[in-house]
Order: sequence, then C-alpha cells, then structure tokens
Amino acid sequence: MEELQQLVRAAEAAALEATDLAGLDHVRVHYLGKKGVLTERLKALGGLPPEARREAGAAINVAKDQVHAALEAREHALERAELERRLVAEAVDVTLPGRGQRVGGLHPISRTLSRIEALFTQLGFGIAEGPEIEDDFHNFEALNIPAHHPARAMHDTFYFDASTVLRTHTSPVQIRAMETGRPPIRVIAPGRVYRCDSDLTHSPMFHQVEGLFIDEGVSFADLKGVLFDFLQRFFERELEVRFRPSYFPFTEPSAEVDVQCVICGGGGCRVCKHSGWLEVLGCGMVHPNVFAHVGIDAERYTGYAFGMGVERLAMLRYGVNDLRLFFENDLRFLQQFR
Amino acid sequence: MRISEQWLREWVQPAASTEELAAQLTMAGLEVEAVEAAAPAFTGVRVGRVISLAPHPDADKLRVCAVDAGGEPLQIVCGAPNVHAGMVAPVALIGAVLPGGLEIGPSTLRGVESRGMLCSARELGLSEDHAGLMPLPQDAVSGTDIRDYLGLDDRIIEVNLTPNRGDCLSLSGIAREVGVLNRCDVTPVDCSPVAPACDATFPVVVEAPGDCPRYAGRVVRGVDPAAETPLWMRERLRRAGLRSLGPRVDVTNYVLLELGQPMHAFDLGKLAGGIRVRHAHGGEELELLNGETRTLDAGTLVIADGKGPVALAGIMGGEASACGDATRDVFLESAFFAPLALAGRARRYGLHTDSSHRFERGVDPALQVPALERATALLLAIAGGEPGPVVEVASHAALPGERRVALRAARLAAVLGLAIDAAEVDEILGRLGMRAARTAEGWDVVPPSFRFDIALEVDLIEEIGRIYGYGRLPVARPLSRLAMAEQSESALRRERLHEALADRGYQEAITYSFVDPAFQAALDPERSPVALANPISADLAVMRTSLWPGLVKALLHNRKRQQPRVRLFESGLSFVRGEGELRQAPHLAGVACGLALPEQWGEAARGADFFDVKADVEALLALSGEPEAFHFVAAGHSALHPGQSARIERDGRAVGWIGLLHPAVERTLDLEGRVYAFELDLEALGGARVPVFRELSKFPAIRRDLALVVPEAVSALAVEACIREHAGELLREVQLFDVYRGKGIAEACKSLAFSLILQDFSRTLTDPDVDEVMSRILAGSAERLGATLRT
Repeated sequence: MEELQQLVRAAEAAALEATDLAGLDHVRVHYLGKKGVLTERLKALGGLPPEARREAGAAINVAKDQVHAALEAREHALERAELERRLVAEAVDVTLPGRGQRVGGLHPISRTLSRIEALFTQLGFGIAEGPEIEDDFHNFEALNIPAHHPARAMHDTFYFDASTVLRTHTSPVQIRAMETGRPPIRVIAPGRVYRCDSDLTHSPMFHQVEGLFIDEGVSFADLKGVLFDFLQRFFERELEVRFRPSYFPFTEPSAEVDVQCVICGGGGCRVCKHSGWLEVLGCGMVHPNVFAHVGIDAERYTGYAFGMGVERLAMLRYGVNDLRLFFENDLRFLQQFR
Repeated sequence: MRISEQWLREWVQPAASTEELAAQLTMAGLEVEAVEAAAPAFTGVRVGRVISLAPHPDADKLRVCAVDAGGEPLQIVCGAPNVHAGMVAPVALIGAVLPGGLEIGPSTLRGVESRGMLCSARELGLSEDHAGLMPLPQDAVSGTDIRDYLGLDDRIIEVNLTPNRGDCLSLSGIAREVGVLNRCDVTPVDCSPVAPACDATFPVVVEAPGDCPRYAGRVVRGVDPAAETPLWMRERLRRAGLRSLGPRVDVTNYVLLELGQPMHAFDLGKLAGGIRVRHAHGGEELELLNGETRTLDAGTLVIADGKGPVALAGIMGGEASACGDATRDVFLESAFFAPLALAGRARRYGLHTDSSHRFERGVDPALQVPALERATALLLAIAGGEPGPVVEVASHAALPGERRVALRAARLAAVLGLAIDAAEVDEILGRLGMRAARTAEGWDVVPPSFRFDIALEVDLIEEIGRIYGYGRLPVARPLSRLAMAEQSESALRRERLHEALADRGYQEAITYSFVDPAFQAALDPERSPVALANPISADLAVMRTSLWPGLVKALLHNRKRQQPRVRLFESGLSFVRGEGELRQAPHLAGVACGLALPEQWGEAARGADFFDVKADVEALLALSGEPEAFHFVAAGHSALHPGQSARIERDGRAVGWIGLLHPAVERTLDLEGRVYAFELDLEALGGARVPVFRELSKFPAIRRDLALVVPEAVSALAVEACIREHAGELLREVQLFDVYRGKGIAEACKSLAFSLILQDFSRTLTDPDVDEVMSRILAGSAERLGATLRT
C-alpha cells in the first residue's frame, strides 16, 4: 500500500514536470497506458488470493483515479498556458489604420439638393425633371415673357438658335408639370440652369429648385407658410424671414424672400452687405396668363411657385465663400462634405 | 437709379429718416441697393475769393494768392492753371481734413508761406476733374462752408427697379411712391405752359403713328451759347451719375431725371426740311452721339429730317444734328414711343441708354407736352431765348386709352389670404392715383396714365398687397387633399447609385455641361456635339455628348495639385444629336487613376486596373436587380485602349462603356498616367424586375472544382456560358476562381478554374449524378471551345 502511494506521488510529480502536452502524454502512457505501471499492477491481481484480490484491486483503482486526476489537472494548466501564449502572440496594435477602400463622398450641391428634396417630399411634393436644352416657348413664352420683354435681357441666355436655349431657370418644368398634370399639382423641380455670365459671384451654370403648388383655394398666406417653414428647417435655426414685393413675369403678386443673415445674425456683415438680410428665394402666385398658356382655369384654381438658388443656400449653410469652388472639383474641397 | 434725398424731399416731406425711407422703399418692391453719401467726408473747406495774385519768386508755375475766406485775407500758394483774380473757388483752411484724411497745415512752398489750399473738384471727391480749381459762382458768399453751399450733406439712394416699374424711373415716380407709403402729399413741379415769344416752328410729320403715337416739339431761338449750367443743376446731374454737357442738353437730362420723360435737343440750324418720324430704309447710316456709326435695319424707328436719319428714335441722337458750343437755335423733342416699337432695338445695335431703358419699360403717354413746357422754362431761365409754340402730332387711336379694371373683393381675399377692409383698399387705390368706384362685387378702377403696368385684376391685387405690406399678410400651412402617388419598385433611385460609388471610394463631381471642344473631340470623336451660338468662352463652347470630357478635366485639375490617386464620378445629362432629334439622356460616369487602394500598410501598392473599375461598375449593375442581364463585350472605342475596352450591354443593347483611355488620348490631353473610365446610360439601369421568391432546396449541395485549359482567344464569359449550358438544371452557382498561365499549360493557352455548386430539389445527389454532369460539361466545352481538363 505504501508503495502504491509512492507510485501515485511519483506520477503526480512527473505530471507537474511535464512542460507540454506531449510530455504529459508520456507520463500518462507510463502509468496508465496498456503496459503502464498501474495497468500492470491490475493485470497482476490475478496472482493474488481471491480475498486479497478485491482489496488490492480497489486500492489500485483509487491510485489510478488519483494519477488520472493529476494528469487532467496538469493538462488543463498546460492548455491554459498554451492559450495564454497564443493570445499574447496574436495581439495586434489596434491603433494601426484599417485596411481597404476609403469612402468617397457626395458633392455639396447634391447634398444640399437632397436636403431640400427631403423637406418638400415630406409635404407630398413630387420631384419633376425637364430638359436642359429647352425651347423658347417653355423657357420664356409660356412663362409670360414674350420676345423683347425687358426681363429677357436680365436672363443672359445661352442660345443654340433663335428658338432653342439652355434653360435659364427651372421654371419651364412648371409649365411641363401643368401641361401633363391636372390640379392638385405639388412638385419641385431641381436641376441645372445656365446664364451667360461669369465672374466672382456668377457661374455660367448653377442649380435651382423650382416649386409649384396648385389647388383650389391656395393663397399667398399658404406660400408664406411653406417657405417660412422651409427656411427654418433648412437652416435648422429660428430665423427671421421677410417677404419683399418684387417682379417676375410668371407670378403675381411676386415676392423675394430674405432671411435674417445666417452669418452675422442680422447685425450686418460683408456677406449680407451690411443689411442684415440675405435674399434666398423668389416666389409668387402663378400668373393668370401662365394658367391660360397651359389651359388651367384660373378662376377655379390658384397656386404658387417659388425658385431658389442651390449654390447660395449651400454657401450659407456650409460657409463656403467662393462660388467657383463648386465647379472646380478640387478633392481638397469636395472631401470636406463627406 | 440714383436718387438725391435732398431733391426727393423737395417733392415729398415724410417724417421718415433716410434709413426708414430706404427700408420703406425696399419693402414696397423698390429695392434700395445702397445709400451713400453725395460727397465724401471732409471738413474745413469754405467758399474763397481770390482777391489778388502775384507770381512766385522762385517757381514759374506757382502763384501767390490773397484769398478772402470770410476773415483776414489768407496768403495761399497755388499752382492751378485756371486761378485768376476774382475767381471764387473752394479753399481748405488750416486744420481742414480732405477726403482720404489729408490734413491741411501751414506750409512753405519754395520759401513762401501758404496758409491753406485752393481746391479742385477732384480734391473734394466731387468729380474726376483736376484740370484746375473748381470754379464757384460769383455770388457765392466768401466764408460759407462749402458743404452747406453745395448741399453736400445729401445722400444718394440707389434704387434697383424691376422692369415693370418704369413709372418709378424718375424723381416724380419715386416721390409718388413715398407719398403713398407715408400717406402724405406730393408737390409736383410747375409744368404750366410757357407762352410763345415768337412764332418759329419746325414742321413735324409722323409716318409711323403706331410706333410713335405722340410727338411734341418746340423751337427755342436765340439761346445764349455762352450760358453755363447753374451749379445746382450740375450738382443734381452729378449726383444722378450724369455729366454736364451745357445748358441745352442738361435741361433735357434734368427733365428726364425729374419727370422720366426722355427728350432730345437738336441744333435747329443743322436740321433740313422738317422732322419725319419714320421707319429706316435698310442700309441707311447714322453717326451717333457716341461717335459710332450704325447701319440701320429696315423697320428701325428713326427721326429723320429732309436729308436722312438724325436720331435713333428713343435710343440716341445723331452726331451731325447735335447741339454744340455755338448752337443758338434749338429744336426740343419730347415724344412717346410705343414700348413694343423699341423693345430689343437698342440691344440689337449694342446700345443701352437712359432713354431706351425708359421707353422699353414704358413712359407716361400723357407726359410729353408737360415735360416740354418744363424743359422750355428751365432753358429760358438759364440761357434765355425765344420759344416758339409747341407743335404736337398725336394719334389718339394709337395712344393707350383709359383702362377700366374690375377688382372683386372676394378674389382679393382669396389670393392674399386675407379680407382687407374696404376703406383701406379705397385709401390705397386713391393714393396710387387710381380712380376707384365701389361696385356690388368690389371696385371699378381706372389706373392713372403713368401706371401702364396695371391691366388685370391681379395687378391691382398685387398693388394692394404691396402697399398693405406683405409682412402683415397672414401665414398659413398648406391644406390639400392627400392622394398617394405611384411608387414603382423597379425604378432605381439615383441617389442609391451615387452612394454606392461614394462607398467605393469615388468622390462626386459636378462639371459644366458645356465643355472644351478639344476634350470633347479627344474623348468622343465619333459624335459631333451641339455647339452654343454664344458660348461664354472658347473652352466652354460645346455641349457634352459624354460625361468624360468634364470628368477628365477635373481629374487633371487634381493631378496638377499633387493628387496621384483620383476617383471621380458624375451624373447628369449628355446631349446627343440623333436623327434630327436631340437626346438629353441622364448618364452616370466615373474616372479613376492611381492606386487601386489608397496607400496603406500591409497591402502591396498596386495600380488600379481594368478589373478594379469593372468591379465598381458591376456593383452598380447589381443595384439594377438584374445583374445577369448585363454583359461586358470586348469592343473598340476611339478613346479607349483597344485591348482594354468593353461595351456594356443589357440584353444585347449597348448601355455603356468601360476601359482604359487610349495612350494617344493620354498624350493628347497630357494626362501623365493611366486613366480608367466608365459611363452608363442611366435609363438603361432602371426597369428591374421585382424579386420573385424561389423555393430553397432541403437537400445538401455538392461543390466540384473544374479547371479547363482553353486557347487564349476564348473568353471567360464563353467558357462560363458553355458550362451553364451543359450543366443542366442541377447547377446552382458557377464561379471563376483562378486564371493560370505558364508551367504545365500549353503555349497560347490558359487555365480557367471554376467552382460549381450542384443541388437537386428532390433528393441527395450521388457521386455518379455529379460525375455525369461534369463529363457532359467536359465533352461540351471540348467540342465547342477546344477545352481540355487541366491535369
């Protein structure tokens, strides 16, 4: 018995000495393998008298269990150590930059257009498009701007021939919307427009968003409401808004809309030319002559139209100070609007 | 238009301050662009009289003057060429501060003490004239502060008028508006008839009464050619931005500013026969006042005399008949030309004048004779002379008649969104000069002759809204019947495509739709672009047929700014002339140069190639919901490398291009490196099918790999198609995973390795099932493509 205990202690010591799983396996084979020390002892039981056999067998089995437990404990310890080593070896510098493609981004004008579209589509405005090479009828005539109207001179039109132009505003899309649809009509028309003018504050191509709302009982008060809300939501600020009488041949009454300067808050600065106000929109009630051109009953229906310059809104929203940056497509500029 | 506030306040005296006045005008639709001082700030300048002068002992060009500036005579050294004894001129005293901050102190000029400075108009910031001292009238009292004497503490209100408000292109027009806005009376100037002092007339015949419904003229004989325009009138002209050209012309310009009636003064001695208002004969020539000669189109309205045209009617007078320094006998013209007769004319001749600006917008058709009387009175007061009787030729049929416009109270309320009190409407209409009578429905309104812009009910509604104040009108939220609009699921959202490209490292660009013809020709040589008739510059002269010219130019812009890796995309219209028809089609295009991935650690730097960009295009095509409908077909494009270009087809129809820009293009455009480009017709990407669910198999799938050796000329697409064709219905997926050339593969051949996923819906596949499929594929591809199994 004493000897058996010594054997167990020796096995336990050997297990602890094993430094890896292979070494531990050698210990296991030595004691518990088919020809292992303890296995041999069990085999030798047959030579004992039956009454002694039982007691001796029980003692050997206890010893086997003890050795087994020691081996298992050592195995777990070795596995833990092994995992520990692996984890250390596999550690990375998490501050290294991630790999792969870097994302690009959308143009600030697209970003602004999306924002405008999102605000108006909430109110059920659809989005309409039209051609950019436009005929004289849609760009001028149907908008109550006959040939030689002084307003034409203010448009600095690009021509292809006497009756074909690059659209000078998105307003022709109004006409197309009224030609193809019947009231109630609620659309906005975003897009490129062109004027033959280029300097610090004029680009020969720029963007506008036109809006049109026609139904029974639409009044100037509704126009004020929708634009008032739009400007507050667009700039995400409580801004003063004022409607100033103006003139567009295709609306009457007509107004220009000013917001309190978003740069100086109305105190006066270079951007607002020290007036405290920024002109951001033109609008008005659809002129009866325009309704006549598209065959809508001006007695039954009224409506409003508005048009806004997208570059202007983008410049004010993001603080861009030079119009020309929008079309240079310099990555250092574009990447600021990711 | 530039309005002197002092002058305005002679007409109308509201309690409003300058700032309030400017704000009122702006909020009434007469936008005040700026309010500026009539003269720059300066102090200490008085009226001075040169009592005597003596030569400077040491300088030929300097004189030593004794100047009376209200106190003890001052000794002042002066170098002006026009200084003379008795001259009255501005003098800056010791301590004066001139415009620009120049402070006058006692000084010594070449040894002679000078106690002040005699000033030119330019030194006071009043004009560019620095030929000599600014002469002042002899009756100016010495010592008077020059700012008071000239009324320089005036402000110029610059008003930006919309084209419908021609009636406000004058002092009287602006004064009327101010009167309405402040509810105060306006004092008009005296236009009462000037009795003729002689019976001299000049005959007038109007041959085109439709274009010139009224022509009034008057002879003034014996005008003093030496008379000078008084300082007050010169100052008013100056403040309006006009130059003084002598009394005969100045009075006509003054009346133009005052009343808005353009006039012209002819030298009667240079006119022959009589005035004929007629249309020009084609080819007639006229030398204009600005010294330029124009050949006239037939149909242009002219003022002619017995010999030929003497003025472009309503636009500019002729040089030959203009008043000169010696002119004694004058013929004054005051006419009403119909706006339509003049519309566009001045522009056609490259002209824009104060006169044409007003006639195009409309002039009060009742104003001609009163204006002529006013001009006569002014001319007589300044330069004397004997007026003859007024000759007036009017065609009442052609003159705008009295208009009556009905205004319904209900409509007024419906459009403005507010029922304005009827008494207030009465008041507004009355102040605007309208004769308004109440009717059962509202008002019957007769607008005054100067409000030629009022013709419709809505014109009156605008006037009432404007004067009532837009700011006082209510604010309402839209109220409308809501009906759901259609929402097609097969429509492809353009934003989604843009976002996909942005996520793949592309930056959106927006380039001009008109492009450089050289870039256009290099990148799309086969199509001839539509050209602008009046391009803004030679390098923005044609409409793009492809988005590549703009994008490549933008790429180049960035390359030149040390950006080696550029990936840009744009979406927008391209303009292609088809058979007689112009197609304006939305395109989506991209360009890429530089590394496939941004420079980074752990990845070998590798230049982008065809397949990197193809993957980007495939990502877009996948968004169509029908990626299998698209194919890349090797095809040639003039701007692309012949070995690296593909036409993108959908069901056999060309919908785009992808490829490497041709080395020749690279050289022509100086690109300094490889640029890949793609372009898609956006309309072709839409119309995808709505997904239809397919049953999932419950049985296991089997993967088999197959490496086929084919001749180089056989495309991967052909091999894949062959596999699909012969695999039968058990094939679920086929994917190319390796391309190999070299050891073990015959010359001019390549090995393409595919993985195939096979699966059945009713049972588990056995090896013999799969073997049979594989041998079918092998046999089929051997026969069709000469493929062999790689061993």
